[in-house]
Amino acid sequence: MAAPATGLNRFYLVLGAVALAGIAALVYQVRKPKGVSIPANVTVLTADTAGFRGYLLGSDSATLEVSEYADYQCPACGAFETLQFPAVRAQLITTGKVRWRYRDFPLDNVHRNTRVAAHAAACAEEQGKYWELHSAIYDRQMDWSESRNAASQFSEIAGSLGLDRKRFDECMSSAKYAGRIQASLEEGTRLGVGSTPTFLIGGRLYLGVLSSDSLRKVIEATLRQPTP
Amino acid sequence: MGQALLCLAGLFISTYLYLFKIGKIGTLVCGTGGCETVQLSPQSRFLGVEVALIGVLGYAVLLGLALLALQPRFAGPTWPVRALALLSGGAVLFSAYLTALELFVIHAICRYCVASALIILVSFVLALREVRNPPGVAGAA
Repeated sequence: MAAPATGLNRFYLVLGAVALAGIAALVYQVRKPKGVSIPANVTVLTADTAGFRGYLLGSDSATLEVSEYADYQCPACGAFETLQFPAVRAQLITTGKVRWRYRDFPLDNVHRNTRVAAHAAACAEEQGKYWELHSAIYDRQMDWSESRNAASQFSEIAGSLGLDRKRFDECMSSAKYAGRIQASLEEGTRLGVGSTPTFLIGGRLYLGVLSSDSLRKVIEATLRQPTP
Repeated sequence: MGQALLCLAGLFISTYLYLFKIGKIGTLVCGTGGCETVQLSPQSRFLGVEVALIGVLGYAVLLGLALLALQPRFAGPTWPVRALALLSGGAVLFSAYLTALELFVIHAICRYCVASALIILVSFVLALREVRNPPGVAGAA
């Protein structure tokens, strides 16, 4: 392998140039603004779901629990959240009839930013503002859906809601809730969820957007059924 | 010479992945998205140590040996060349194990890991050739 001195000197020059180019590329990567990517299909660890069943809203003593499997980037989910959910919340959740359970069901193949959105909401939960950011993300769905840096938009929204942005950004960069999101998707898949939104009410799946009136009727009918 | 260049490329790949692991780089440039899945999997640590860090240290040692082996006084199948063959052989086995984990456990492929596996394989073949058929021996005098 040993080489003549002149050839060796020329080689050192080439090696040095490659080394400099490599170092410059690494420095560029470190210094450029950090985008956020939440990986899909991660292995779900026990710690990812320990003590966590979903994002819950409403009284623990509510007679019925409704699980919603939804995707932040899905327009139908956005329509439900912005048009129907306020009435559902006022008529069914706040009154103590129903406890709401939100589950992420990201449709990665069609929605590039859905997991980033779900992760942003999870990071907001750390600071006690899950439902605030959840609603804001849906409200501004059109703004971030096709964004190349949705995470920075979520960070701005988080800041406007009074969250600690540094802590929020660190949480986003860590992708620490990737497993939780994956677990939620896998749960939905096991139950037979295939599209969003899907509602699990009294052991039955209801597909698509339900109006608050339809939802109330389904819930009342479910509550009338005798419990086994 | 080729080995030194290959080890340098491997060193940069490992450093890039390690910088991602320690949070210095936000996202990996990876079209399939499999890189982050692999890097964030439990299998990205080996005996409690980040695999990327093992790569950084391993390639640094291999690069050092490759540069040493280039010196005229180490012409022929001397200890740096033998050590290079031995260590890169071990690294080939370790890379094969990691690739199997990607395929059968993680079910995702990281293109940087594939590149590293190819680099170490070629480096091992070159080192083996040096040991068996040293080009410098005949003309070293």
